Amino acid sequence: MTQIANDDVFQTLPASPTTTDSASRQPLLQIRDLEVGFQTQHGLVPAVRGVSLTLYEGQTLAIVGESGSGKTTTAQAIINLLAGTGKVTAGEILFEGRDLTKLSAKEIQDVRGRLIGYVPQDPMSNLNPVWNIGYQVEEAIKANNVAQGKREVRKRTIEVLQEAGLSDAADRLKQYPHQFSGGMRQRVLIGIGLSARPRLLIADEPTSALDVTVQRQILDHLGTLTRDYGTSVLFITHDLGLAAERAEQLVVMYKGKVVESGPSREILANPRHPYTQRLVAAAPSLASRRIQAKKNPQADAEKIYSEGSLDTGLIARATKRENAAPDRDLISVQGVTKVYRIRKGGFRSDELLAVNDVSFGVKKGTTTAIVGESGSGKSTVAKLILQLEGITKGRIEFDGQDVAGLKGAELLKFRRRVQPVFQDPYGSLDPQYNVGNTIAEPLLAHKVGTARERQARVLELLDQVSLPSSTRFRYPSELSGGQRQRIAVARALALKPDVLVLDEAVSALDVLVQGQILNLLTELQAELDLTYLFITHDLAVVRLVADNVCVMKKGQIVEAATTDEVFDNPRELYTQELLSAIPGGNFEFGR
Amino acid sequence: MLWYTGKRLLQMIPVFFGATFLIYFMVFSLPGDPIAALYGDRTPSPGVIAQIRAQYYLDQPLLVQYFHYMVGFFQGDLGTTYSGRPVSEVMASAFPVTARLAMLALIFEAFAGVLVGLIAGLRKGKLFDASALVVSLLLISVPTFVIGFVLQFVFGVQLGWARTTVSGEAPLNELILPALVLASVSFAYIVRLTRASVSDNLNADFVRTATAKGLSRPRVVTVHVLRNSLVPVVTFLGVDLGSLMVGAIVTEGIFNINGVGGTVYKAIKLGEGPTVVSFIAVMVVIFVLANLLVDLLYAALDPRIRYAK
Amino acid sequence: MPSNSPSGQTHYVAELEDTPVAAVDRLDESQKARSTWADAWDSMRRRPSFWISSVLILLIVVVALFPSLFAQTAPDACDLGNSNDGPAAGHPLGFTRQGCDVYSRIVFGTQASITVGLLATMLVTLFGVIIGALAGFYGGLLDALVSRIGDIFFAVPTVLGAIVLMSVLPVRTPVTIAVVLSIFAWPQIARIMRGAVLSARNSDYVTASIALGVSNSKILLRHVIPNSLAPVIVIATVSLGTFIVAEATLSFLGIGLGSDVMSWGNDIGQAQTSIRTSPQVLLYPAAALSITVLSFLMLGDVLRDALDPAARARR
Repeated sequence: MTQIANDDVFQTLPASPTTTDSASRQPLLQIRDLEVGFQTQHGLVPAVRGVSLTLYEGQTLAIVGESGSGKTTTAQAIINLLAGTGKVTAGEILFEGRDLTKLSAKEIQDVRGRLIGYVPQDPMSNLNPVWNIGYQVEEAIKANNVAQGKREVRKRTIEVLQEAGLSDAADRLKQYPHQFSGGMRQRVLIGIGLSARPRLLIADEPTSALDVTVQRQILDHLGTLTRDYGTSVLFITHDLGLAAERAEQLVVMYKGKVVESGPSREILANPRHPYTQRLVAAAPSLASRRIQAKKNPQADAEKIYSEGSLDTGLIARATKRENAAPDRDLISVQGVTKVYRIRKGGFRSDELLAVNDVSFGVKKGTTTAIVGESGSGKSTVAKLILQLEGITKGRIEFDGQDVAGLKGAELLKFRRRVQPVFQDPYGSLDPQYNVGNTIAEPLLAHKVGTARERQARVLELLDQVSLPSSTRFRYPSELSGGQRQRIAVARALALKPDVLVLDEAVSALDVLVQGQILNLLTELQAELDLTYLFITHDLAVVRLVADNVCVMKKGQIVEAATTDEVFDNPRELYTQELLSAIPGGNFEFGR
Repeated sequence: MLWYTGKRLLQMIPVFFGATFLIYFMVFSLPGDPIAALYGDRTPSPGVIAQIRAQYYLDQPLLVQYFHYMVGFFQGDLGTTYSGRPVSEVMASAFPVTARLAMLALIFEAFAGVLVGLIAGLRKGKLFDASALVVSLLLISVPTFVIGFVLQFVFGVQLGWARTTVSGEAPLNELILPALVLASVSFAYIVRLTRASVSDNLNADFVRTATAKGLSRPRVVTVHVLRNSLVPVVTFLGVDLGSLMVGAIVTEGIFNINGVGGTVYKAIKLGEGPTVVSFIAVMVVIFVLANLLVDLLYAALDPRIRYAK
Repeated sequence: MPSNSPSGQTHYVAELEDTPVAAVDRLDESQKARSTWADAWDSMRRRPSFWISSVLILLIVVVALFPSLFAQTAPDACDLGNSNDGPAAGHPLGFTRQGCDVYSRIVFGTQASITVGLLATMLVTLFGVIIGALAGFYGGLLDALVSRIGDIFFAVPTVLGAIVLMSVLPVRTPVTIAVVLSIFAWPQIARIMRGAVLSARNSDYVTASIALGVSNSKILLRHVIPNSLAPVIVIATVSLGTFIVAEATLSFLGIGLGSDVMSWGNDIGQAQTSIRTSPQVLLYPAAALSITVLSFLMLGDVLRDALDPAARARR
């Protein structure tokens, strides 16, 4: 179908082993027709349906899939870590020729840790909060007979942690998990996973909870360690770009089945299954976006369901907007500072400078993105603009009016024009309100229209976010994350506001759903002449939707410019770091 | 930890004064003559009335009365019983007996409760779990005094395995049956709490990670599941001490034990108001102090609390 | 589609018929819409213990309301000649020491226990919910004040406090007992409510409502309180049982209901002298009391499983 135009784009790929011919070797791990099911009230629900994959020694293989694709279940089935009622119902898992599914509890315990290491997903919940770090690493070392004797074990513990990138490990052994940051906890978990120098390491989304720059550091480090030890890696991720960057082999899973597998570069260059093609099209690549838009000029009414890939018209519209920008700022943030008081023990308190002298303007009808890592103060800026928190210093103007200290009817009027959409689609809708009442709530609060008119407006809004009218009777628990987020957008639009403040509004969504919501937002912006303030940690998304970008770090804006400038000529070192840390950022995806 | 201890101590002070004042307030500020209320249908002689009025400063405002009471309290004057003996004296002879009984009960409810709860939690949905649940529900719904009567009747009267009443010395072997009665309800609660906590922790991510490290199942269960499940159990023990005190009144009454509970039981039955009030005030103070200890134990078990600001 | 061997090494593509690609995030309209309460109901009605406990509770409440429908013998028609006698015709459970019909006394004693349990639970829930909700929602000084006062009441164990108050109170009716018990028991509900309100208050849907311009009082009434009630309902159901036990304990000690009031606690207390000769006099009212308490505990368990979001997520 398509040839790869330029091999250089794959330069970051780890060199595939050239010294040995993989076909002649014995595979380290071979999964054949694996079926895993979970026993529920309604009988056995299959989660993995006939998965096969092969991993050779020294290789890194990535399983890519959305939430619910069965990728984690597949990984956990290998060393029988399945939760509660899950069990392998068919197939075999051959590790060095032994079928792991047929091992006794004692035998599989011997495989765990010693032969197959495991690095879990969420660093916050995977360390036991009541034991100190040293103890939890020592435990792994003792269980796998890596070292004997108190002194040796301790020495090895420090080694393991230092190798995982905690240079001050010796001093921190007595500390507890809650005294470590997320990135450091993840390093501890990696250290534990590799402590016995296993033949295979299963890494289940080891960095998805972390900032991109931390993610990059940790994955680089993990790559070096596994290469040094000759450890094979089974890498589980939802991020195609990350998978392509870190693994030679890809297995794409969808609804419990493998839809496509093979060498990474071949799959990325030439995805053949329609699902993989969609994933590739929606992958957060910075370079390929425009190319794809040119090559993909179809746009039909149902496209919101057919593809998560970005809509063709998007770039054109963005260009049009840039040209038609009016002169006055709709939102003007001038020297805004926010200080929080944090109570420390007793009567002392610390001041936390969350936002430090931040200034920027947003023009009507445009999208301004505020980008930063956790703790950068970006969400605080959103709260300040939404008047959910008072500012410590500075001035925020909306449509020429100072909004600080607005009260009563004035505040209500402001709220009517500036509406939020929050990150967590599970938390931002009241679980006890049905969708109709949720969308109608702002109308009711502002006493807009009669009951019948409000009802009509709810239907109109549901239509705008491409949901059937029957959705109004449903409750949030019955909807998917993406559908909830569409409801949140509909609610925000109910009062026909001028500005939407989107705080990480697409961050928690699977990539196809994310693409769908971004398309929707772009269409709505054009249709309703909306102004967006887009708060995100994800630079790849910024490229798709924003006209202007403010990069924040430690409460300050370090760089502010148009999106093209920031992406093409980042001036600040920090921005460059952020850009280069975007997984798969350098890939040329698809056809 | 030091900071946490200090903070808890500071927080305890208003609770200490508040709780003692509450009891004082209830008894002495109710409408009507407190002396009449305390003595029920008996009418003390005018001399006794005058003595009591003076003792409790009943002619002064309530706060002054309370102040004098507290001053006495800190000097070791815990009030007098109906018959005129100082409460502190009765306490000194009765407390060791009750302490023995309570210790036995605590050991039984904590060990057996945690063990049964652990096994039930590990075998959720199995026969053992179902029976543990049913038994614990039954123990909670049958009042302690009924359990006491029944066990006393069955083991003491019918089988003759234990004495129906405990002798004055209250040796440990005679206290076993009363301790089982006293522990029964708390045992049931601990079983339920441990079971829920164990089954929650079994699904925790860190337990899966511990398994993935290559630890043996017994080690995962003890070091990671059981250890973490003890935290809520310890918190419960503190709160539950209150019901243990009430239980002690009932149990010591039934088995005629000469402990603090038995003294209160007799005083209630005989309508000796001042004795009841003085003893219960002391019990509340012990409850507050014991809860401070439990809080510290809680912090020792959970580093997140220890290091919290 | 070319289909090579599904090893990782060659490019393998699954058959399309085998792995059809569905629409992205389309709403499944085939399922019926259900609220969280409907969900909870759905899970409850599958449990036998729900039906057992509710039928028992219903029966007990009917007995409490219309005792004369269930017992023909008057409970106060006692004949000392029948003292501690076993079952006789028309007297299925025998007689008390005073020669009263045990069955009839159980039926007529229901009212007192249920009144104490229900009234105390209502008082505690009402008080605890209001105080906890205000403290949790408005925070600040109010919260600090209410929490400290709660701590003080919490420091007096419910039945101990009740013993003190009841031993000085001249009137001892079901209503006084209920009030006395609730004086010391409200902090528990208030604490639970406060915690639930705090977490609801910090949820995104409340922040969203604030930003939408919904007023504070409406947010409290329409979002925060409804979303905080589940744990309170569970605890209230269980405490109803424990209040009944507390009343019985007080009556057993002789400072509960006045001796003229017919109640299970009084009857059990009076029966202690007869246990060696005729244990049925003690065991039958005790059984009635225990079955009542057990029903509420079972219902509380079912409610907990149905309303607990974590348990729901596991289903």
